[in-house]
Amino acid sequence: MRGYQAAVANVNVTFNLEAPKRHNASIVTRPDWRKMGTRSLPTAVLATPHQYHSPATSMPPTRNVIEVDSQKIDLKNRHLAAFLAWLLPGAGHYYQGRMTKASLFFVCIMSTWVLGFALGGGHVVYASWQPGDKRWHYFLQAGVGTAALPALVQGNRMRKMTINGATSPAYKPLWGGFMAPPHRPVIEDSTDEVSAWYAVSGAGYEMGSFYTMIAGLLNILVIYDAYSGPLSVPISGRKEKDGEGETSDEETTNEKETSS
Amino acid sequence: MMSISPTYLLYYVPLIVAISLVFGATRHEETSTVLMHSFYTARWVTGFMAVIFVALLVINWLL
Repeated sequence: MRGYQAAVANVNVTFNLEAPKRHNASIVTRPDWRKMGTRSLPTAVLATPHQYHSPATSMPPTRNVIEVDSQKIDLKNRHLAAFLAWLLPGAGHYYQGRMTKASLFFVCIMSTWVLGFALGGGHVVYASWQPGDKRWHYFLQAGVGTAALPALVQGNRMRKMTINGATSPAYKPLWGGFMAPPHRPVIEDSTDEVSAWYAVSGAGYEMGSFYTMIAGLLNILVIYDAYSGPLSVPISGRKEKDGEGETSDEETTNEKETSS
Repeated sequence: MMSISPTYLLYYVPLIVAISLVFGATRHEETSTVLMHSFYTARWVTGFMAVIFVALLVINWLL
């Protein structure tokens, strides 16, 4: 019950009549789930930053400052942070001064990426959109930013050297073939360079593709976090039952509206 | 029983660690809360996959 009261206090937002002009953001508080235990309130929906501020905080409205888990976070230039986060996992958080999370993201995502790349024999990341070899995996792998960009350069080079669906004999990949597409034509169920890669790496080729794709997808979450902060959802994800002194989604919304 | 080597399951370990930690960290800011959320996520995903595994095993046994 104490956790519930704390939550209501946290989401008790009021309309700020003296709010400055549009887009002048203010402090947005999000409930501290750590204090409320793992089975407390569901996500509280907060209003647009420029309309509300928390009466619990005496700080003047500051641009792009949010409060999560009782910690104030200055997102700074969130567009730049998101771009940096895409460019290098963790870089956006480093820019915002969130060092622990920057390190965690960098280590987790880049280790997944490198491990996948190694498992696949260094051939799982390449950009190609040719008949028989439409490498859709690259769209997900590109989520890690800089680490996947050499594939674009190699892919473009290969595209220019492809004549009538076959790679020109004059083609020589850059950087020893790092992230270079396979020689064309690539035809399913036939012997080509991709099948040779499969033969060498075995299941590692598939696993390497999955690892690198997952790394890219994880970085999309990180980009979102750099742009707008943590989602701050209950840890267990369970909804509270009525009659237990706790509350549900709808009740939370109603409480917030009443208090405002 | 399994058509692949059980050692292939080791591929799962680094993946679940990375996914859980990143997932937890994008939902919280405080380190202990991040770790707690990560643990819950890892447990949930592992449990879910275990249920699927058992279901497939039963289906395989029945057919």
